[in-house]
Amino acid sequence: MTDRIINISHLSKSFPGGSKVLDDINLYIRKGEFLTLLGPSGCGKTTMLRMIAGFLQPDEGSITMDGKELTGVPPHLRPLNTVFQRYALFPHLDVYDNIAFGLKLKGVPEDEIDKRVSKVLKLVSMSDYEDRDVNSLSGGQQQRIAIARAIVNRPKVLLLDEPLAALDLKMRKDMQIELKEMHKKLGITFIYVTHDQEEALTLSDTIVVMNEGKIQQIGTPMDIYNEPVNSFVADFIGESNILNGTMIKDREVSFIGHDFKCVDEGFGENAPVDVVIRPEDVIIKSKLEGAQFTGKVKSCTFKGVHYEMFVDTDNGYEMMIQDYNSFEVGSTVGMSINPNDIQVMHKERVCNTFEGVMKSSDTVEFLGGEFKCLDTGLEAGDKVTVTVKFNKVDLLDHEDEAICTGNVVFILYKGDHYHLTIKTESGEKVWVDTDDIWDKNDLVGINILPKDIHITKTAENE
Amino acid sequence: MMTGKKLFAKVYLWVILAILYAPIVFIAVFSFTEAKSLGNWTGFSVNLYKSLFSGNMQNSGGLISAVQNTLVIALIAASVATVMGTVAAIGIFNMRGKKKQTMQFLNNIPMINPDIITGVSLFLLFVFLHISQGYATVILAHITFCTPYVVLNVLPKLSQMNPNIYEAALDLGATPYQALRKVMIPSLRPGMISGFILSFTMSLDDFAVTFFTRGTIGLDTLSTYIYADARKGGLTPELKPLMTIIFLIILAVLLFINIRSAKNNNNKKK
Repeated sequence: MTDRIINISHLSKSFPGGSKVLDDINLYIRKGEFLTLLGPSGCGKTTMLRMIAGFLQPDEGSITMDGKELTGVPPHLRPLNTVFQRYALFPHLDVYDNIAFGLKLKGVPEDEIDKRVSKVLKLVSMSDYEDRDVNSLSGGQQQRIAIARAIVNRPKVLLLDEPLAALDLKMRKDMQIELKEMHKKLGITFIYVTHDQEEALTLSDTIVVMNEGKIQQIGTPMDIYNEPVNSFVADFIGESNILNGTMIKDREVSFIGHDFKCVDEGFGENAPVDVVIRPEDVIIKSKLEGAQFTGKVKSCTFKGVHYEMFVDTDNGYEMMIQDYNSFEVGSTVGMSINPNDIQVMHKERVCNTFEGVMKSSDTVEFLGGEFKCLDTGLEAGDKVTVTVKFNKVDLLDHEDEAICTGNVVFILYKGDHYHLTIKTESGEKVWVDTDDIWDKNDLVGINILPKDIHITKTAENE
Repeated sequence: MMTGKKLFAKVYLWVILAILYAPIVFIAVFSFTEAKSLGNWTGFSVNLYKSLFSGNMQNSGGLISAVQNTLVIALIAASVATVMGTVAAIGIFNMRGKKKQTMQFLNNIPMINPDIITGVSLFLLFVFLHISQGYATVILAHITFCTPYVVLNVLPKLSQMNPNIYEAALDLGATPYQALRKVMIPSLRPGMISGFILSFTMSLDDFAVTFFTRGTIGLDTLSTYIYADARKGGLTPELKPLMTIIFLIILAVLLFINIRSAKNNNNKKK
């Protein structure tokens, strides 16, 4: 307990318009660790950082630092400093005055300011730049000054909001190494926000993967990469093949039409699961004997260190495979996967479930629209639970023919079909299995055939 | 053909420039002669300048106090408008969506509104509120029509500013007031200065609004003095050197600002 520096509990925030940016976040941060908040844009990571810094107030929940409540404390009284995404240097001050800004406000004596500024400039390898105009510096140099300006105040916690996002690739890689070294040297707790999964894996002691205002997984880079807890994390971190599977029994799983040995237990027999295979974990050979399954190479692209291949398997699934050797397009190959490299995850859901109300014996209202269904014998006004299989939801281009509409918010390729998450206008989510290609943010019409709508009367508790 | 076209373009340019500058040159030239009526050249002389500075002319007190009033009113109005306009611009900048658009639109109307309407409506307002008109109402009126110009000059500086620098100042331990003084104002200074200069010149040459809001206490600014003077029959000859001097001062200020901003641009490019 004592090594925790920041404790966040039940933190929630909604923006005007009603959407929840953060939904009941619980997290603790250890003293001296490099913690990264990782997620796609709009997942709430920056909102969370801004709350820790004090620029935003939470609706609910608390943030404590060394046991003291932080919520309600204005930003200038918090013992932490921030490095902003676009540097936010003061353009009318030179390098020295930018760095000395915080120290001067605190009334630190002149000669000590001098000492601390030149020490911190040495740390970010920017000595001799004291008198330079900040506008004349390159992006990377400005970012070093921004970091120097923050750490010269000796904060207990340094917050970094995508500090490297505006730099080019080469510069970013160099700065990553320097940041990591700086963290080791200073012993300050770093809280780092990024959407770049590679950056997170390189830098962090702990990664917090976030999506839609919720924490998806907390763990070391190794944990997150090797044992993602759900298909979102598996898809977001690194490349992966995510496939539907069935856990036949302990240590045996079936997917892509074959049975494989694995190391997972406790899922029960014949349980539907998601299986994650990293592309570098598929062993690919031109020899067919001894292979667990075979396939035909569809494409092969050189990626610098390795080749990236797409292979159509014997049972019609597409797999992404990375290997140091290239295989000719059109050739037949044999593949196998080690039990250790098969990551099995509980399915978060197996079909769509909606709350609905009967409008007549063969019409039901849910998702903000009225759907025809088979005659149920139920009366209008009866509350019902509606279930629809993923592959029975029809997606239409034309909204006018659809019963309700929504936007595609997440796309997952499952080897032989796409698993889409669609957010309807009513704010509910519909999951759809489809062979058609849709793009993220596409507006789609939703239709469901009467025979595919399964209705059960909700038990009245009153 | 090409040379004909080029020649025409050159001639056209010089004709336009001549039309623009002829009146000023005319006044400047005739400020160096003694003739009472305009257009009569009675030989070179600096006597008009002499009598302007020695105050040795008819009704000299009226002219000098009019110049004083003009400068004091312009200075006060431009200073107050700069402060009010900057605060208003920060407020408008932090608004969102429809509200922001509405406020920007409302800010633009007084600038498009003809001076004569602004003058008459302010006159009616002061009468309605039983405010006796004089120095104070003229200053209030000038602040009213200057403030929108300051807003217009400061807003673009706000959008150019990195949105995080205010937060960065707070983050480094500045109170909101310190952040405003040490970070926001210095970043907005160029916009505030151009807003101030614009307000100052607008106030300096305003006639319509001043005329309707100065009341009956006999307050004169330069523009109302010249108007009354002209109606009495013939301009005071000393106005010619005065106009020439004002023009030269404005020219000097403009040159100074242009040279400075050119230098700043060069520095940034480096």
